[in-house]
Amino acid sequence: MPIKSYIAHPIEGKRRELIMKLKELSSCEIMPATNQEIVIVVTDTFSNQEDQQLYDTIINFPELKHFTLVSGFSDEEIIN
Amino acid sequence: MFTQKVDRRVFVKKMATSAAVAAAVSMFPGILFANEQEQNLPKGDLEWKKAPCRFCGVGCGLLIGLSKDKAVAVKGDPKSEVNKGLCCVKGYHSVMALYGKDRLTKPLVKKNGKYVETTMKEALDLVASKMKETIKNHGKDSVAMYGSGQWSIADGYIASKLFKGCIGTNNIEANARLCMASAVTGFLTSFGADEPMGCYEDIDYANAFILWGNNMAEMHPVLFSRMLDQRLKRNAKIVDFATRTTRTSMAADKSILFKPQTDLAVANAICYEIIKNNWVNKNFVEKHCKFNKGKTNIGYGLTDDFKFKDEPEQIDFTSFKKFLEDYTPEKVEKYSGVSAKDIKYLASIYGNPNKKVVSFWCMGPNQHTRGTWMNNLIYNIHLLTGKISTPGNSPFSLTGQPSACGTAREVGTFTHKLPKGLVTNEKDRAFAAKIWGVPAENIPDKPTHHTVSMFRALDRGEIKFMWIQVTNPMVTMPNLKRYREGAEKEGRFIVVSDVYPTPTTDVADVILPSAMWIEKTGLFGNSERRTQFWEKMVNPPGEAMDDGMQLLEVAKRLGYGKYFPYSKDKFAEEVYTEYTKHHAGKKHGMAPLEVLKKESGMIWPYVEGKPTKWRFNSKYDPACETEGFHFYGNEDGRATIWQRPFEPAAEVPDASYPFWLNTGRVVEHWHSGSMTRRISVLHKAMPNAYVEMNPEDAEKMGIKNKNKVKLTSRRGSIVMTASINERGIPPKGQVFVPFFDEHFLINELTLDSYCPISNEPDYKKCAVKVEKV
Repeated sequence: MPIKSYIAHPIEGKRRELIMKLKELSSCEIMPATNQEIVIVVTDTFSNQEDQQLYDTIINFPELKHFTLVSGFSDEEIIN
Repeated sequence: MFTQKVDRRVFVKKMATSAAVAAAVSMFPGILFANEQEQNLPKGDLEWKKAPCRFCGVGCGLLIGLSKDKAVAVKGDPKSEVNKGLCCVKGYHSVMALYGKDRLTKPLVKKNGKYVETTMKEALDLVASKMKETIKNHGKDSVAMYGSGQWSIADGYIASKLFKGCIGTNNIEANARLCMASAVTGFLTSFGADEPMGCYEDIDYANAFILWGNNMAEMHPVLFSRMLDQRLKRNAKIVDFATRTTRTSMAADKSILFKPQTDLAVANAICYEIIKNNWVNKNFVEKHCKFNKGKTNIGYGLTDDFKFKDEPEQIDFTSFKKFLEDYTPEKVEKYSGVSAKDIKYLASIYGNPNKKVVSFWCMGPNQHTRGTWMNNLIYNIHLLTGKISTPGNSPFSLTGQPSACGTAREVGTFTHKLPKGLVTNEKDRAFAAKIWGVPAENIPDKPTHHTVSMFRALDRGEIKFMWIQVTNPMVTMPNLKRYREGAEKEGRFIVVSDVYPTPTTDVADVILPSAMWIEKTGLFGNSERRTQFWEKMVNPPGEAMDDGMQLLEVAKRLGYGKYFPYSKDKFAEEVYTEYTKHHAGKKHGMAPLEVLKKESGMIWPYVEGKPTKWRFNSKYDPACETEGFHFYGNEDGRATIWQRPFEPAAEVPDASYPFWLNTGRVVEHWHSGSMTRRISVLHKAMPNAYVEMNPEDAEKMGIKNKNKVKLTSRRGSIVMTASINERGIPPKGQVFVPFFDEHFLINELTLDSYCPISNEPDYKKCAVKVEKV
């Protein structure tokens, strides 16, 4: 049950479109920066397979320039 | 408690968000998010307790979220005057450093080349018996202690009292020698008193920040964020004056690059311009300053028998002005790489009477074969313009370790120091001995070895027993190969207390597992003279034991138990209360324990219930005996402006070794990486060290990003991955390597030259060749 966070860098001028596409993904939460182009993306999936599928979907968005993993947690890893 | 599954997922998701926010803050200084970080923290039933951060010397106040004897979350303490609720990426993940899979939990003793588990009692018995045997056979100065600015105040104090006061040897040093000894000698030679006169609040008042060789966006990100905040609010300017382009340069208003070592000349050229343009604050200089010169051509400490003693000689303003004629901007631009225009620009910032200026520096000027001189020269600029000891006007030397100031400098865990004063001073020895309850004659009147000298003595066999706590010298010593081989020689006995296996535990005969940070009660002192207390929050794993308690147990076994009458559970608090007696008074009074328990730290001097935020200014400092400014560290009450020339580095590039090698840190990792490399988020973000190359140099040599390259100095070689146009960009003819990665020991290449006054090595300059593999 992976939970991961990323920093997404949009192609110049495509930030709005990227945000719209990310918002449509059900396993994604986003937090756009107020004064920079980047967007924080947090993914919450129920299996490694689903996690990989989601990742593949995002990195194929043409509006995306870079997609950098920041952290990867499972809840058990933290609490137990 | 935090038991429901749904709460756990929410919690983890918020941790992931916090990590990303923290990373973004580090990558894009000044970045803002509409959703406050506070909203992303877990809302579960956690218990929150305050502690200073375990990592750098900024001393951010943290709140640690606790659940079931485990630290599970971190947030910045909004009450902390240091970070005002902010955290850097390391701070946010700091509690994860407690839970690395390979944490040392059992004492290990080397038998027939293999480590064998034993009990703590047996391991401590062995340490004590080996110490006794070594002292009996080879004398007191054959045993040594090497600690760090990561020692809590109590740990360092016990070590100093045991070695100097009881055993009777000055063989105690701390790795703080490797990072801020030049700052200490700079303060002492200019002001007669150590540590900055100002505080972080200066950031809120300054109009300009000049960063001298200080990549604050990566090394001190929280303070850098505070500066950026002031830029947004008040249009404060940031100038990065450095040898390579970094994230700091990219975020600064102006980036000025200089050639290694020529900061000495540029600082003098700034003084020249200040005088030439009549920007000297004559009233301040006449009333509060004097002029000195010292010896020149002072050497580099490269041989074991090197000795140096400066001989200050008073000069006058006219002589100083004449000396500076060799440092006109036009002359200096020829060898510094800094245009005369940029030198004049820097001088104009300092010279503008309507601008308040803070100079920040850390390892750039300190890890320098003329480190003391560089510190003096930055003070010269502030003294000539009178921009000192007032809110927003501050020459501010930062530190790299959480208690480099609090423990190493204030407790005095150096060969020459006592908690108050010097071992060479009879009155100081008597004063310390009285508080310690030991005979004054126990404390030897001569320093023995500074850090490089101590490891050289270990190599030569004059030191036969060394106990190393909370530091990793087999990664961090310059010219490392010599000192590792020295430690491994027959007839040496090495004890290492640490929390994880490291290259230093690899050379140990006994490894003692240590309790870490919030697994014990402790106190740290940060860069702005702020002392912070934290209480034990979780239990250490296995048999891991507080470093201070390890020392106390050995002291008892050596027969010195009566000098350490502390209780097992409260010894850190009892030691602190004893320690404050050394500093009682208006000049260095420490806040009592009950205040530190309540507050997020307190700045010393703490006088009549108040911190002294700006020293040497009678408006703020009750220790001043005259109106206005009083630099009471010096007997005459005057600060010293030093005549210090440019002298070249110990080793410069030549035909065989044509590149400068510079070393340093990255935002993700702290120090030698032994803790942050166990934090998966940070490790994944920066898994390995690399060599930064200039793009034009790389292209000329056919080296592409991620290619393997071989670096070779006169001392060793290393193969690592090239980094081109990534995080930092060195100028042509320079390379940069971070030192956090024990798999790439860059210090096998560095040179053990040092500043002859501070004895701090220069990790920023030696010559290497670069080859494509």
